[in-house]
Amino acid sequence: MSKIHVTTTVNNEVVEFLADPRETLLDCLRDRLDLTGTKEGCGTGDCGACSVTVDGTLVCSCLVLGVEAEGAKIETIENMAQDGALHPLQRKFIEHAALQCGFCTPGILVAAKALLDKTPDPTETEVRYWLAGNLCRCTGYDKIIRAVMDAAAEMRGAA
Amino acid sequence: MSVHKSLPHDAALLHVSGQARYIDDIPTPADTLHLAFGVSAIAHGEITSLDLEDVFASEGVIDVLTSGELPFENDVSPSAHDEPLLSTGDIHYLGQPIFLVIATSHLAARKAARLAKITYHDSPPILSIDDALAANSRFEDGPRIYGQGDISVIDSAPVVIEDSFEIGGQEHFYLESQAALAVPQEDGEMVVHSSTQHPTEIQHKVAEAIGVAMNDVRVEVRRMGGGFGGKESQGNALACACAIAAQRTRRPCKMRYDRDDDMIITGKRHDFRITYRVGCEENGKILGISFVHYARCGWAQDLSLPVADRAMLHSDNAYHLENIRIESHRLKTNTQSATAFRGFGGPQGMIGIERVLDHVAHRVGRDPLEVRLLNYYQDHQDHSVEASGGSISSKMKTGPQTTPYGMEVEDFVLNQMTADIVDRSEYQSRRNAVADWNARHSILKRGLALSPVKFGISFTLTHLNQAGALVHIYQDGSVRMNHGGTEMGQGLFQKVAQVAASCFGIHMDRVKITATDTAKVPNTSATAASSGSDLNGMAVKAACDTLKARLCAFLVDRHECRHSDIQFKDEQVWIKETAFRFEDVIKQAYENRISLSATGFYKAPKVAWDRIKGQGRPFLYFAYGVSVSEVVIDTLTGEYRILRSDILHDAGKSLNPDLDIGQVEGAFVQGAGWLTTEELVWDAKGALKTHAPSTYKIPAFADRPDIFNVSLWDNENQEDTIYKSKAVGEPPFMHGISVYLALSDAIAACGSRYPHLDAPATPERVLTAVQRVQRHGL
Repeated sequence: MSKIHVTTTVNNEVVEFLADPRETLLDCLRDRLDLTGTKEGCGTGDCGACSVTVDGTLVCSCLVLGVEAEGAKIETIENMAQDGALHPLQRKFIEHAALQCGFCTPGILVAAKALLDKTPDPTETEVRYWLAGNLCRCTGYDKIIRAVMDAAAEMRGAA
Repeated sequence: MSVHKSLPHDAALLHVSGQARYIDDIPTPADTLHLAFGVSAIAHGEITSLDLEDVFASEGVIDVLTSGELPFENDVSPSAHDEPLLSTGDIHYLGQPIFLVIATSHLAARKAARLAKITYHDSPPILSIDDALAANSRFEDGPRIYGQGDISVIDSAPVVIEDSFEIGGQEHFYLESQAALAVPQEDGEMVVHSSTQHPTEIQHKVAEAIGVAMNDVRVEVRRMGGGFGGKESQGNALACACAIAAQRTRRPCKMRYDRDDDMIITGKRHDFRITYRVGCEENGKILGISFVHYARCGWAQDLSLPVADRAMLHSDNAYHLENIRIESHRLKTNTQSATAFRGFGGPQGMIGIERVLDHVAHRVGRDPLEVRLLNYYQDHQDHSVEASGGSISSKMKTGPQTTPYGMEVEDFVLNQMTADIVDRSEYQSRRNAVADWNARHSILKRGLALSPVKFGISFTLTHLNQAGALVHIYQDGSVRMNHGGTEMGQGLFQKVAQVAASCFGIHMDRVKITATDTAKVPNTSATAASSGSDLNGMAVKAACDTLKARLCAFLVDRHECRHSDIQFKDEQVWIKETAFRFEDVIKQAYENRISLSATGFYKAPKVAWDRIKGQGRPFLYFAYGVSVSEVVIDTLTGEYRILRSDILHDAGKSLNPDLDIGQVEGAFVQGAGWLTTEELVWDAKGALKTHAPSTYKIPAFADRPDIFNVSLWDNENQEDTIYKSKAVGEPPFMHGISVYLALSDAIAACGSRYPHLDAPATPERVLTAVQRVQRHGL
């Protein structure tokens, strides 16, 4: 099948790639742009490991076609640390030991950031239900929730 | 000292920034090829025709291999040689690999794999435990039987209870699916990157598959995206397929299972049926007990024998059972070959006896906690206190109590731990509050349960209890460390690095952690049986001790001091009152031609086990824990929530408390998932219908208990383990049993009968159990 030329902005950089029209955004990010921080856990939108934002909206990149990225602004885990400084969520995940194998971590961080961008003062229940689409098999979730709540508190304090 | 500190996971920074590389993230040459298996659509029978024309013609396909084209061994089993990589014509389960597609992309390979035209001669599949029993389809000639004492005491016991229940299997659902990458080298050598817990087995199987010696194959594992036992043997097929294809095409070959393929092809936790017949006193003291275990092992033997053995070895859990018989049937079925999964049979054995204790308590009308305490082994302090006090009690006369397999329980601490958690969790007042709630509410019912864990630590195959390490110190005082253990998220690499840093008295940032590599440390055991830090920590310590001995000998000579004058601490080497910088000592040692590289080796002491007789000391020690869970169920829908869980867990003198608590929390949630929401469903033809997270439900964020308190029990290991710590990978998995028992307790509040509740206790099963109890009235 002939490929389609896509121009898009990923992590504030304009990029171009050729995509098979059947190819997912996840595969384009990983295979065309070498942004392998975004992971495939299920390929069916049920685990959240491939979470990215498209024009500020949290999506599973395995459910978005690469060609749909045309003209959009995409942000991935690779853009979360700014100028070499970790985002408070990233720091708090380390501090609270909120990761083990790490495979779900990028997706959960992207999803949590999308929550805090809109809801800086979430309740624990809001965090739990917002992140309900992100599966983690290692941690049992407790430390992740603590890390997100703590990061939110710090960010509110800093604002 | 770096040990006993809560340092972050060694790769935490890489993980939060998306830089940590898993197999599919490793940059590969542009000519890399991608593989996929074509799998069988029936569960049992023979292939009558195989037309691969459309597969060959599919876009991007380079080659397609069937069993006839395999150059050497067609076997990916861990030991029994009963697991062909590609079917030779016989079909043993639905999802069995039949042919291998080699293509230019992952998607092209997967699409092509669906295009084969295959006809079969169907045979009736043996799917269930009953099917297998009817056909006498089993591994080993007959059941294994372990036990002690005389179970005829059951017949004359005041109370006799008989029942049976089923326990479902469990999908590992490591977030990173199985993956491997083989890169051909000059002179026939092969480098394999594999997401595996067992690099040496990958090396061994790949060498057999491509017809070379093990020294021609190097396997490297930096990390896995979760393992849980699912990557102990199940990665063999992908690694062998990649190596065969790479040898054939002379190009790098990569294979990763898509999630659905992973669930359809690979093995899972063994499902069990357990029947029991128990005789006890009116107060609930067990006099004699007989268990029969039926384990559904799937089509190939894999690790089923030691898994089923370990289930038998945990049939006593925390209870001293003087008259016991355990009979274990290992049944062969036309389903995925069940494999290792955290606990390795232990959880199944343990839930058997825990349900018995619960059932006994219900029958004799006492709180299950009282009945548990009545049957517990005695704490080890009981011996010493009584001995030193000079008063020889009746307990002391019997000495340490013996398990059903002849091992003395010398380190029991659950009496103390249980007293502690009863206090912390306010068990008694909540027991009353639950009873009060249930008296006042007819729709929502609450349940509360406490369950203990006593888990044996060591591989039951005794020779596996060995490990190797390689430690280098470079001229600048930096240390590079390697050992046979693999990192799957559990924090092993950090814990072992803490050991190395502690040995030399240096900061962690001097110690570089490196990928597991069969060229550096050979003949390793799988990172399994919770043994990772016990074995590899000791091996690294042995290497560090060798290096320190060389440095000390050098310093004794140079400074005319004694060995005992030298100390390694605070980044310095102290000779009496004088301190030298570590890097300066290293530089001098180098210049004086002292070898700064050493291997280390460790073998666990004391263990000796005869699995046929069922006698010996299979374990170096036991790890303990106890949990209390409270749930609420909706008797109209069967839905439920975990309201609160309190866990007290014994990790010995923890090497890293944060990482260990992480293991406990994650294991508990995984264990609760096994017994509640995680349901595997096969249809009548043997097709696994729950092969994706859309239908197979592991716990999610919202399923964690509302109140979740996890603490470590400060308890130095009595045995000489690495810095007196205890293994922590598997034991806390079984805390999930308290959730199952709490659900059963809530259901019991709906009537007078003891609930029949199979696991997983899905809302459907809870509802059915509620209705059954209600039918029999109060």
